[in-house]
Amino acid sequence: MTLPVQFIWLIPALPLLAALVGALTPRRGRALASGAAIAAMAGSTLLSCGALATALANPAAHLAANFTWFGLGTGAVQLGWLLDPLTGFMCVMVSFVSLLIFIFSLGYMHEDENFKQFFCFLSLFAAAMLGLLVANSLLLLFVCWELVGLASYLLIGFWFHKPSAAAAAKKAFITTRIGDLGFLLGLVWLYDSTGSLLFFDGGNGVLEPTVLASLAGQTLCGGLAVSTAIGLLIFCGAVGKSGQFPLHVWLPDAMEGPTPVSALIHAATMVAAGVFLIARVYPLMSADQALAHVPLHALTVVAFIGAITALLGAVIAVAQTDIKRVLAFSTVSQLGYMMLALGVGSWTASIFHLLTHAFFKALLFLGAGSVIHAAHHEQDIRSLGGLRPRMKVTFATFAIGMMALSGVPFLFSGFWSKEAILHAAHEWDVSQIPLYAGLTAVVLTAFYMTRLVAETFFGQARSEPASHAHESPAVMTVPLVLLAVGAVLLGFTGTPACPWLQARLSGTPLHSSMEHLLEGGGLMLLSIVLVGAGLGLGWVLYGRNPRASATAVDPLAHSFPQTYAFLGARLKFDELYAATLFRLNSALATLAAFFDLWVWGGAVNLLAWLGEFGGEVNRKFDEEGLNDGFDTVSGSVRGTGQRYSRAQTGEAHGYMRTVAIAFAILTLLLVWLVLASGGGR
Amino acid sequence: MSALQLCLLLSSGLFCIGLTVALTRSNSILVLLGVELMLNAANLNFIAFWRYGGGSASAGVVFVLFSIAVAAAEAAIGLALVIAVYRHQKNIRLQEAVRLKG
Repeated sequence: MTLPVQFIWLIPALPLLAALVGALTPRRGRALASGAAIAAMAGSTLLSCGALATALANPAAHLAANFTWFGLGTGAVQLGWLLDPLTGFMCVMVSFVSLLIFIFSLGYMHEDENFKQFFCFLSLFAAAMLGLLVANSLLLLFVCWELVGLASYLLIGFWFHKPSAAAAAKKAFITTRIGDLGFLLGLVWLYDSTGSLLFFDGGNGVLEPTVLASLAGQTLCGGLAVSTAIGLLIFCGAVGKSGQFPLHVWLPDAMEGPTPVSALIHAATMVAAGVFLIARVYPLMSADQALAHVPLHALTVVAFIGAITALLGAVIAVAQTDIKRVLAFSTVSQLGYMMLALGVGSWTASIFHLLTHAFFKALLFLGAGSVIHAAHHEQDIRSLGGLRPRMKVTFATFAIGMMALSGVPFLFSGFWSKEAILHAAHEWDVSQIPLYAGLTAVVLTAFYMTRLVAETFFGQARSEPASHAHESPAVMTVPLVLLAVGAVLLGFTGTPACPWLQARLSGTPLHSSMEHLLEGGGLMLLSIVLVGAGLGLGWVLYGRNPRASATAVDPLAHSFPQTYAFLGARLKFDELYAATLFRLNSALATLAAFFDLWVWGGAVNLLAWLGEFGGEVNRKFDEEGLNDGFDTVSGSVRGTGQRYSRAQTGEAHGYMRTVAIAFAILTLLLVWLVLASGGGR
Repeated sequence: MSALQLCLLLSSGLFCIGLTVALTRSNSILVLLGVELMLNAANLNFIAFWRYGGGSASAGVVFVLFSIAVAAAEAAIGLALVIAVYRHQKNIRLQEAVRLKG
């Protein structure tokens, strides 16, 4: 089955329809809302497979179907759909992972009273993300991008009666909005200098060579190419959405949402959008690569931001005690890897990692959700423990996810995709710093994941709920098993011996031979050793002597109390922002208030005083001269005023009613006039 | 029925809903919401006439852009008023906000 590009809009349309159905069903229509959401997602998955088949028939082509949205002045705003292997693979991943998360939510959200809204928002979220994937116009992409932001706001703040959830939702929205401002500026600039926002348009699209050459040819002050500046502005949007340093602070707080939402945000929909965006506009980002004299290449910035984020996330994750927070920081770190891969020039490796990561991160989050569900919303790993015999399926699948994330060699997908990224970083000729950052993060990743699994599943139960935990129902464990299968198998689509995925993504012929399997063997060996070191260290510290009680001191905190506390406080980024940016903002507000009060207020007061003075002079004249004659007149005016003032009831509704009635009368009068003059034609 | 008529029908429906909400609700945020709905019905009319009305000038779109910007400012002021009212009377019921009585 293939899906032609003209009908690719059906993929986002189905979940959008489900969201509409969910919005219109009454609160008790739980089965209808969730059924519609799941059925629509299943349909989207099938259609995505068809779209992928279409794309793979000719991987090098960018199939586009454009149409005019509206004409304005002499120009026209065009939108369109785009189908290429990147879109195809992403659509399949997003719709399939979302489908499993939806099914999992049936079990997880079963007792929630707002069950129906939850599925409505989930569908909207997935629809926005799928729309973003199939867009052939930066404008359409931006619209969907903002819809993703809105849906994430609704879902992170789903339990809005908790102040922390409401605050986290607001934080996520505002932080990503800072990045989006840059994105919007880049978009406007791009439209200004090219007159089009279509990606592919038969030679005139902004990602096609002629336009790119002209963009890279123009320079700004300091010799910066225009394409570099636009690329960096667009990258701002990706920094916000994908939780890159320095805007990563919202991502861990987004844990306040229900766990399936975290899984969706971290695996399929939200954070993947940033990486996808950069991969999509990759020709624009790399347009300045051929120029030797420019001071800065856009991709260099991307690589370094990615390297910093990868390291930062891994370091902070080591000292977190909330099961979801550890996973959240690991997402920050893995997103850093993806950006790093984009920056060093291998966007195919980045998308490979994005796809594998989506599977194992969704698996880990849903596994964490299963644990939280079983332990009655206990999320602190210090109070969990000993869950292995009680939750066999969850443990087995979680362990697979953990090994995939840590990069345990050969069998797990995370190993192959991470290896591809490290390999690309090794071959980057600008700097080796990203490689070292990536290698350090490998050790840390293996270490904190071992810690997480050891604390959660081994030892004995350290709290009442943990000791009574039992396995979750099948509606929750079956998605886990399916995701675990994906987390293992997906890696084999992109091994160095047979890089099928990378070849299809970039549209180049496939060269497969077993000789390439251990290509870059030295680097691979090094990273295997590093993974082993991380796993071993984690096991020695946390697995061999399991924590005795929930209040026992962490072995790391025992040795380095200050460092551990600093890491536990997430390197105090929130405090730093509170001390600098928030202060600056409130200082500016105070300054504005000062201006209002004294400068503008002073001017107004001066005028008022002048008026008062004039009035005083006037009064003198009046009282001396022409007073009495007016008293009668003013008396009658006052009487009339008092009669009329009875209409002023002060009730806003009364006023509005008057306006509405007057409006209706006027309308009727108009109709009557038209009819009376033989109108109507 | 032509597309223009459908649009007008939709916008008058929207207008009526907005009017009903604005007239019947006592919660001032909901009243604001109703006013906003009426405003958007008017915007829809602008766009519909611009799109199907035959004229080629872009006045309709420009009007709507202005009206959206004004509506944004209006919403900000309206919500600020709601907060101010809440601070005075500890609720936002419109019937109780009668200090403007003449």
